[in-house]
Amino acid sequence: MLQVISLLLENKPGALMRVTGLLSARGYNIESLTVARTTDPELSRMTIAVDVEPHLRKQVIKQMNKLINVLQANDLTEGPSVSRELVLMRVRAPMEARANILKEAEIFGARVIDSSVEGFALEATGDSEKLDEFIDVMRSYGDIDVTRSGIVGVSLEPRKLRLSSPVTTRVGQAAAEARN
Amino acid sequence: MSNLMSGAKILLECLMREDVDVIFGYPGGVTLPLYDAMYDNPIRHVLVRHEENAAFAAQGYARATGRVGVCCATSGPGATNLTTGLVDAMMDSIPIVAITGQVTTKLIGSDAFQEADTFGITRPCTKHNFMVKNLNDLPQVVHEAFYIAGSGRPGPVVVDIPKDVFQGQSHYTPVTSIHLPGYKVHTDGHAGQIRRAAHMMWEAKRPLVYAGGGIIHAEGSSDLRELVETLDAPAVCTVMGLGALPADHPNYISMPGMHGSYAANMALTESDLLIALGVRFDDRVTGRLAAFAPHAKVIHVDIDPAEIGKNRAADLPVVGDLRRVLPKLVKVLAELKPTEAAANHESRQNWKSRVNGWKQEHPYDRNTAGDVIRPQHLMAEIDRLSGGKAIVCSDVGQHQMWAAQLIRYNDPRLWINSGGLGSMGFGMPSAIGAQFARPDKLVFAIMGDGGFQMSIPELATIASYGLPVKMIVMNNGYLGMVRQWQELFYNNRLNAVTLDCFPQAEMLAGAYGIKGKTIDKPHQLATAIEEAVHEPGPFLLNVMVSPHENVYPMVPAGGAINEMVLGQPKPAPVAGD
Ligand SMILES: Cc1ncc(C[n+]2csc(CCOP(=O)(O)OP(=O)(O)O)c2C)c(N)n1
Ligand SMILES: [Mg+2]
Repeated sequence: MLQVISLLLENKPGALMRVTGLLSARGYNIESLTVARTTDPELSRMTIAVDVEPHLRKQVIKQMNKLINVLQANDLTEGPSVSRELVLMRVRAPMEARANILKEAEIFGARVIDSSVEGFALEATGDSEKLDEFIDVMRSYGDIDVTRSGIVGVSLEPRKLRLSSPVTTRVGQAAAEARN
Repeated sequence: MSNLMSGAKILLECLMREDVDVIFGYPGGVTLPLYDAMYDNPIRHVLVRHEENAAFAAQGYARATGRVGVCCATSGPGATNLTTGLVDAMMDSIPIVAITGQVTTKLIGSDAFQEADTFGITRPCTKHNFMVKNLNDLPQVVHEAFYIAGSGRPGPVVVDIPKDVFQGQSHYTPVTSIHLPGYKVHTDGHAGQIRRAAHMMWEAKRPLVYAGGGIIHAEGSSDLRELVETLDAPAVCTVMGLGALPADHPNYISMPGMHGSYAANMALTESDLLIALGVRFDDRVTGRLAAFAPHAKVIHVDIDPAEIGKNRAADLPVVGDLRRVLPKLVKVLAELKPTEAAANHESRQNWKSRVNGWKQEHPYDRNTAGDVIRPQHLMAEIDRLSGGKAIVCSDVGQHQMWAAQLIRYNDPRLWINSGGLGSMGFGMPSAIGAQFARPDKLVFAIMGDGGFQMSIPELATIASYGLPVKMIVMNNGYLGMVRQWQELFYNNRLNAVTLDCFPQAEMLAGAYGIKGKTIDKPHQLATAIEEAVHEPGPFLLNVMVSPHENVYPMVPAGGAINEMVLGQPKPAPVAGD
């Protein structure tokens, strides 16, 4: 099973590379990675699915938490969490298949976002296994082009975010002493 | 209070506010504005002869003092030349800040002349790195860099600065505070854990203190000594921790590990409680991990939570700064002493005498020979003149192991070596840095004939600044440590390990205006080292030693540490005999 890691990190140049570099330096293959800004524009939330041997998973989380730009790294596979993925798909299929495609799409909860003479563009979300099935089914109707978003996950446990406070520089200390 | 200043001047202002007094560096195109600003700045710039040595010298400075060392290089080749020194500092947790020049921001990404992706290249070589694209960020970043380098588990930090940022003008306001919300520095250990640790120590029958470089970084030597004495437990110090407990201390055993002493390795193997302080259970110490300290519970105190349980599970972890944890630990130990010390007193006394028995049974080989200088003899002579007080900067190889085994270090920050990365070419430049940091100290650079030849350019730096470094080349005519492995594990098929054409030392030194001498007879040794030590300036002493000597004891790679090979033809004794 893949390790799914959720990170909260500073939205700064190089921050992404620090996280992925930590994994590639250990020879781990990243299966998927998603990252986007949070409600606080200075922060990003990242979800990584990566193939790490079980006994090394704690070590990976600890190493990530050591990165200066990382505010918090959690192992979502350790506690209760949910994760979802988005699939965008173009299906090219003959006219006679169209009705069936729509029916199948409905079963998977997929939405049609574009329709043309050649076929449809569909959008589906769900857990990764369900999306695998969806893709298999659609392939049986014709040519498909698929883009998957990779997993995004959220922990269901409340987690306290512990942040470090500002530090006074020597100049600041000297100024404070001068004031006293 | 803010004046218009150039970026270069602002950088120097920030460095002065960090109490930087010396920068080891090498200039180039994009750092021209910085060097121009340095022209009339009180910070001393030391021109080394290769950027790798700037990083090593900054490390020597940091290792000798505990303060952040600073080095500087130009963009492209200057920055890439720094990398070995950065990784070396990373492995041994040494605080340095490296300033690198970068091409003008507009040119970044255009394959401009001397452009390299320094930010990308140094990312895995550093604790953290920065590229400053906006002059307004510069002061903040510089202070963040020093804070990150020197706090928590120390390490190297790179600040990459494009030429136009050096040249730009800005109003400078000193930075009074920095904020790194994701940078967690663990300080106070958990009080309950500390109390439990103290109980465990008194409950142990065969406790052993296993102290490492973390003690030295934390300036924890005197607290360590109190702990050892309160508990009256034997102690080993790793190659990074030599001097954390004085070598002359009665409870001190020696260095453990691949070339550690018989007593140290047997003590680790037989102990029932390892008190692991600022160590990382490195493979060169543990040998085959599964067989390491098989009877011991482990108390592991470290500032880096990722070290706890990384290699060996801890029965009692304490995450914290030894500077704060050790005094508390000593206090609780002392509190508990009247009620708890008696229970296992006798077992602990027996344990101590067993350890002393091992020490006497197989001490390090210090024998001398009549016709050739044995390497061990050379180290014994250096030890005699040092008296446990000199700074010894070592290169990497057999000589390093003998210098670690046979020279006493009675204070922290005397033994300076590349422990984790094992970088040849470290000895001489680190001695330069150490001598600048400690002009009052006798500084030896002990090198092999291989490593010395990686550092020859720095003879110019030593000559130019008149640094009284005592350079001792232990000349065995081989890349000795590699030859040892080829001999022992590759059927003596010696390949690419012979070092012929070694330069004549007196002529080489003379070419730089330095005194030099070559000796090859045991009776010359004492006077030659005395001459080097009494020479007010630098001295290059080339000591021809017996070429085929191997370092023992030796734990073969992948072996358990109690399965040591103790000497040349003798087979390995097995545990329990
Ligand atoms: C930069 C670098 N290259 C290669 C090595 C591998 N290596 C380790 S010890 C050693 C031999 C060192 O020879 P010398 O400097 O003569 O020291 P000796 O072992 O003979 O005392 C070598 C090549 C290394 N540690 N560092
Ligand atoms: Mg040699």
